[in-house]
Amino acid sequence: MLIANNISVSYGPKKVLHGLNVAAQPGSLTAIVGPNGSGKTTLMRALTGDVPFDGTIMLGDTDIATAKPYDLAARRAVLPQATPLSFPFQAVEVVRLGLRGGIETNDRLALTALSRVGLDGYANRFYQELSGGEQQRVQLARVLCQVWRPVVGGVPRWLFLDEPVSSLDIGHQLTVMQIARDFARAGGGVVAVMHDLNLSAMFAHQVVLMQSGRIIGHGTPDQVLSDAQVSRAYGCDIRTSTAPMDGGWFMLPQAAGGEPELPVTQRA
Amino acid sequence: MMASDTTTDQPFVQGPFVDRRNTARRAHLWLGLLLVLVSLASLAVGASGTSLWGALLKLAQGDALTLTERVVLWDIRAPRLVMGICVGSALAVSGAVMQGLFRNPLADPGILGVTTGATLGAICVIVLGATLPAFVQATLGAGPLPVAAFLGAWGSMLLLYRVSTRAGRTSVATMLLAGIALSALFAAFSGVLIFLADDMQLRELTFWSLGSLAGASWVKLSIAAPVIVVSLMLACTLGHGLNGLALGEAAAHHMGIPVERTKTIAILAVSAATGTAVAVSGGIGFIGIVVPHLLRLATGPDHRGLLVNAGLLGASLLLAADMIARVVVSPAELPIGILTALLGSPVFLWILLRKRGLVDM
Repeated sequence: MLIANNISVSYGPKKVLHGLNVAAQPGSLTAIVGPNGSGKTTLMRALTGDVPFDGTIMLGDTDIATAKPYDLAARRAVLPQATPLSFPFQAVEVVRLGLRGGIETNDRLALTALSRVGLDGYANRFYQELSGGEQQRVQLARVLCQVWRPVVGGVPRWLFLDEPVSSLDIGHQLTVMQIARDFARAGGGVVAVMHDLNLSAMFAHQVVLMQSGRIIGHGTPDQVLSDAQVSRAYGCDIRTSTAPMDGGWFMLPQAAGGEPELPVTQRA
Repeated sequence: MMASDTTTDQPFVQGPFVDRRNTARRAHLWLGLLLVLVSLASLAVGASGTSLWGALLKLAQGDALTLTERVVLWDIRAPRLVMGICVGSALAVSGAVMQGLFRNPLADPGILGVTTGATLGAICVIVLGATLPAFVQATLGAGPLPVAAFLGAWGSMLLLYRVSTRAGRTSVATMLLAGIALSALFAAFSGVLIFLADDMQLRELTFWSLGSLAGASWVKLSIAAPVIVVSLMLACTLGHGLNGLALGEAAAHHMGIPVERTKTIAILAVSAATGTAVAVSGGIGFIGIVVPHLLRLATGPDHRGLLVNAGLLGASLLLAADMIARVVVSPAELPIGILTALLGSPVFLWILLRKRGLVDM
């Protein structure tokens, strides 16, 4: 269980998170959604121990603020948004870096992980020569290697994903979200910052909706992603609906109209 | 698709999977062998015409060496050889560690002002040390010079890292510009001291600016070698940490790497190794940028193999350059710094041209 209690974060004098309470269960995928600048990424960085924060964050019985880096590394892996590299690493060498951080010793796992993210045969390709989406998937393979088994000795392990699908095509978006959901189904915990509301609705078990550094909705997708809440959070008119095939939720921006609405004074 | 596909219809089917770690391991062996060969050659070559083989033959037959042979081989060439190995490996490993720390293949103690900082420290001791009372000078002996060089190197490393790294991200443009600014600042301070120096000190100072192994002696080595050996051993423990840092400080932290400790050790090791190397041999540039770059091309950027290989190749390269320096204008000697700059500057330009994106502002 990941429990964040009364989390506040300030960048200089500016307070960007205002006393948030968040909980995430192992065995489920928790999506953090919200408009640009709402504090999603800052919340993520607090949860992974990258920014100093007020309040407490517990990962199981481990206090994030005081834990040793290698203890945390054995418990959770973090996928960053984008990772540029200045040295000519090959894909497999990047993935292997993840093996060192975790507890797995089988070297072949790096190749298995590459295959898992759909990059068979990419092992000897140079990371710098890959496209943004391919680089992102190499990083995902690295992160998977670090916490390959979702549960070890009865203790769940965690994946933190910061916009995991933002540079991917639709096919690979689905692949990556399925990997994340499989990890959760096998007993691990997944927390993902998401831009795509539809993918969040499709794959997340829990959704945290943020606006201006506060949480304005926390629950299952159908509880949180209502017309009113989503429209309020994003500041535009959005209709949620159910898909014809399986009844899952989806959100369309069409209700907001094709043109930005002008203030009354400027209307003709 | 990328360059690797040639004849097949399936773009990503390549040859068998190649593990570059094996290449790096084999390189330990070959570079070790190279160093042994270059070392023997370095002992055999020199202005005096004394033959290493002749001396070895005499020893094998139980004959005594002549005084000339003893002096040339044991008191001149041997310390020079050991000094070359120490300085060459110190500069190459420092370069590799700095590049890992700054996540950039252009970082180098010479280019970024660390060497200039060490030189300033050394010049301070040469010029200002003479103003101390004689008994203080006698008590301190040769000690203050390497210490001052280390402090100069350390100070400039800390300053450089502070200026160019914000929130765990190193800006390449800031790093290079800060390096230039620091270099200029330290050179200006050095200039003031040179202005104050007398004729004897000026002769000694000229030696620093050009760089040479000619001053090697067992006494100097007794101070320099232990410092360099210890800092290189420290540096070689950083392989995994620097690999992690290549992904950025946050990612390294997520992978369980003690980031702050890795950075502190890296800065200390580079400062001690570079400072000491400068103290005993003056400013020898570009070894630190050429050697790691060539090795990354040949065996990959994994720092665990790279650091050891850089030490071996750096030592061989400096010994080879020293041999050329001793032979080309014999019996005079070319300052070795000139040779390494001749070799190194084109490589530096080549990296810049190949990777223009690296320094886009």
